[in-house]
Amino acid sequence: MSMNTQGRPTSPGEAGEGAHKTFTGNKGLAMEEALLFEIGRTDITGVDLDEPDEFEPELGSLARKDPVELAALSEPEAMRHYVRLSTKNYAIDSGLYPLGSCTMKHNPRLNEKAARLPGFGDIHPLQPLSTVPGAVDLISELGHWLMVLTGMSAVAMSPKAGAHGELCGMMAIKAAHIAAGRDPKIVLVPESAHGTNPATAALLGYQVVAVDAREDGTVDPGEVQARIAEHAGNVAAIMLTNPNTCGIFERDIIEIAAAVHEADAYFYCDGANFNAIVGKAKPGDLGVDAMHINLHKTFSTPHGGGGPGAGPVVLSDRLAPFAPLPFIRAGKDGPVLVETEAGTEGGEKPFGRMTAFHGQMGMFVRALAYMKSHGSDGLKQASEDAVLNANYVRVGLEDLMSLPFGSRWCMHEVLFDDTFLKDTGVSTLDFAKAMIDEGYHPMTMYFPLVVHGAMLIEPTESESRASLDLFVATLRDLVMSAKRGETERFSGAPYLAPRRRLDETRAARKPILKWERPAPQSVQPEAAE
Amino acid sequence: MRYLPLSDSDRADMLARVGVSSVDEIFSDIPEKARIDGLVDLPRRQGEMAVERDLGRMAARNIPASSVPFFVGAGAYKHHVPATVDHLIQRSEFLTSYTPYQPEITQGTLQYLFEFQTQVAELTGMDVANASMYDGSTGTAEAVLMAHRVTRRNKAVLSGGLHPQYRAVVEGLSGLAGDAVESLPADPTGTEDILSRIDDETSCVVVQSPSFYGELIDLKPIADKAHQHGALLIAVFTEVVSLGLVESPGAQGADIVVGEGQSIGNPLTFGGPYVGLFATKQKYIRQMPGRLCGETVDAEGKRGFVLTLSTREQHIRRDKATSNICTNSGLCCLAFTIHMTLLGGTGLSRLARINHANAVKLKKLLAAVPGVEVLNRAYFNEFTLRLPKPAHDVVEALVAKGILGGVPVSRLEPGIAGLENLLVVASTEVNTDEDRAAFAAALKEVLA
Repeated sequence: MSMNTQGRPTSPGEAGEGAHKTFTGNKGLAMEEALLFEIGRTDITGVDLDEPDEFEPELGSLARKDPVELAALSEPEAMRHYVRLSTKNYAIDSGLYPLGSCTMKHNPRLNEKAARLPGFGDIHPLQPLSTVPGAVDLISELGHWLMVLTGMSAVAMSPKAGAHGELCGMMAIKAAHIAAGRDPKIVLVPESAHGTNPATAALLGYQVVAVDAREDGTVDPGEVQARIAEHAGNVAAIMLTNPNTCGIFERDIIEIAAAVHEADAYFYCDGANFNAIVGKAKPGDLGVDAMHINLHKTFSTPHGGGGPGAGPVVLSDRLAPFAPLPFIRAGKDGPVLVETEAGTEGGEKPFGRMTAFHGQMGMFVRALAYMKSHGSDGLKQASEDAVLNANYVRVGLEDLMSLPFGSRWCMHEVLFDDTFLKDTGVSTLDFAKAMIDEGYHPMTMYFPLVVHGAMLIEPTESESRASLDLFVATLRDLVMSAKRGETERFSGAPYLAPRRRLDETRAARKPILKWERPAPQSVQPEAAE
Repeated sequence: MRYLPLSDSDRADMLARVGVSSVDEIFSDIPEKARIDGLVDLPRRQGEMAVERDLGRMAARNIPASSVPFFVGAGAYKHHVPATVDHLIQRSEFLTSYTPYQPEITQGTLQYLFEFQTQVAELTGMDVANASMYDGSTGTAEAVLMAHRVTRRNKAVLSGGLHPQYRAVVEGLSGLAGDAVESLPADPTGTEDILSRIDDETSCVVVQSPSFYGELIDLKPIADKAHQHGALLIAVFTEVVSLGLVESPGAQGADIVVGEGQSIGNPLTFGGPYVGLFATKQKYIRQMPGRLCGETVDAEGKRGFVLTLSTREQHIRRDKATSNICTNSGLCCLAFTIHMTLLGGTGLSRLARINHANAVKLKKLLAAVPGVEVLNRAYFNEFTLRLPKPAHDVVEALVAKGILGGVPVSRLEPGIAGLENLLVVASTEVNTDEDRAAFAAALKEVLA
């Protein structure tokens, strides 16, 4: 058995399942937990409610005939069920979460507290506007911060997440083209783009044309001009992420924007990586026409295991008139929330509505609390620290891991490819899974698609130097281990997580998407002997 | 700055290690004309106390639902949420986790999503449910797109009982995507003739029950007619508690069921974040939008859960994906599923009976106010009044009397003759007999 410096066994077979069998399957504090339907009962409830007095229902012919067959748990059982489940999750609060492009930064609890103030959490979207002036003010103030930080002239607050913001921006672009009597059909998307970009363009019936990256991972304005020339008069927009998904700032962005505008097309900027440049540069000065801002990335509203997010979209002068309902107009007695077409004034031509109500208010409160806490100085410092941390990781690893575009500065995230694993028998996936055994969430893998076996690391500004040092040392140890041929550490990893590798092929081949009640047993079980 | 762990000496050492003299060197790829010199024109950093005071002042200018007799619904509902729910969703491991792309260390999220999908499928009476959409309105637009993929047609027929803002979301997206939408006029009484609008070009019929006006709609004849013409029935609801007492849309023949789940587990929060519920038949799962969680086993044969059928999704299929959705409503699903787990079927049905009983009581009280007419025949916890004067003015007059008394239809459907005097009123388990009596008395005074 091999031991590490603290004398703990490191060889997986010994430390894993076989080490010490238990009757329950639990391992000390690591509890197995059944599905709620297996431990709950359909004839109880964990909420004390009194049956109403006898009354004559007025449901017409539509009363439910069968009972709702859903199990309940009493309150103590429910508490235990969900606390046990929670312990099977990795989280920012438990460790460094280097998911590139996802920006897993600290989520301050002040923001949670603010969102739960009754004046924000317990107000209805359709109660009279005269009873919610503070809510309209908050949306207006957040919008102001977003416009100042981006240097843009309007903002659509209602989109519910980044992809929804992309859809909003592209709908505004399409509406603007139609208003100008045109309807070009092509959207240019670099191959390094997030999958949401081409998916969004396709939702609106656009044909997606790829733009190749140059050697250094950035977009060549000449290439953009060539694609525009190829589809002369038929290009609606380019969708470009900046800093891009390789962690590099598109240095020719102004030229690219000019080429796009020259062709009567619009520049949609995917703002997923805006966190790298907040307070350092304004997208409005780069020629951007529309950009969504992921409040759940840049402004730290919690990811919540996959949402909710919020994706306000800032718009240029040219697109501002097409901003969807609802929007806020500055009035002489304060901000006014415009909810319907009938409320619009001259020049306002909303293309429609993205969602019922006014957007992700709960996220707005959190984001504004975050912004006010940082202030203009703190936001700038956060961007600088995020970029510094990423470069610190880069220089700590670049001699052992492989940078696809050579040793150069990166922005808030650093991209490696799998060249350094060549001939080791270890894949990017194996490498990532071995990180789990070391107590780290893996980095983003196999994205962006433009490099082979991509590993995209975004440490964020929330990590201390000591935390980065340990992370770098751990990855160095893993690389050396791979190079020494210790493939077992990787091929079966993770060994120490709540589950070993899961069979995704099986899950997809015959999908089981809900719990099914076991068939009643037709035969008496055999009597115990 | 309290959120930033690096000290100035850390920064200096790290810059030296990176090999630059100042951090601005690293930003030198940014074109010079776009760089910000100094600070943007916004306030400087603030301590926790100052931020709390600032936001507290804004919050204090709003009237919370719990502080007054409250009867506002029309797509979002004031319900009581057990304290356990909000405690559990703030567990760090749920709150600060990402989408479960690494299943070995996110079984917590994945298992509750699997349980959530099971609950939603049972409630709606459908075979399968996804792991949520943003909300009911965006889910409805996605359902229409899905129906177009299934039927290879592109015309949606929208009932006049559909929430006007849901209708606007569908119309906006369909219009710009080049699909056809036929929207029926507002239908406060639930008596529209939608059957005659269904033909061989119809992809789907979208019907909300209880409708925006609170009327329960019999979906069976609509489902039958739709199916005769090869179209799908999309059943929409905005009040999920109704499913505890009303025949499920699945049992009435719906092909896709989509609705708002806010009522279970989630606070009002001025309209979001909420949670879209989305369910369909087994045969359509590969056309579904959104994430799906499925059961499998790990390398040791232990049961576990993963995100599955992701070849439908944007991060794999890009422009061929079934939707562009990525982030969904994970934590709102968790709130939903915890509250639902505490209720169980027994508790949900009881909660639904209380809601219905309260609405019946309120209807009797309000119908007795001179000049008030109730339009509904069958309803759950919400109904529509025709008042003798514009509902908007009445609602404002009620505010002056300390009552939040419903939603004027004209707020969402301005300038339409016949709708100006209509008021949509909801009563849930949070209202007391005193609240209802106060509402009726105030309404009587306002209309006198």
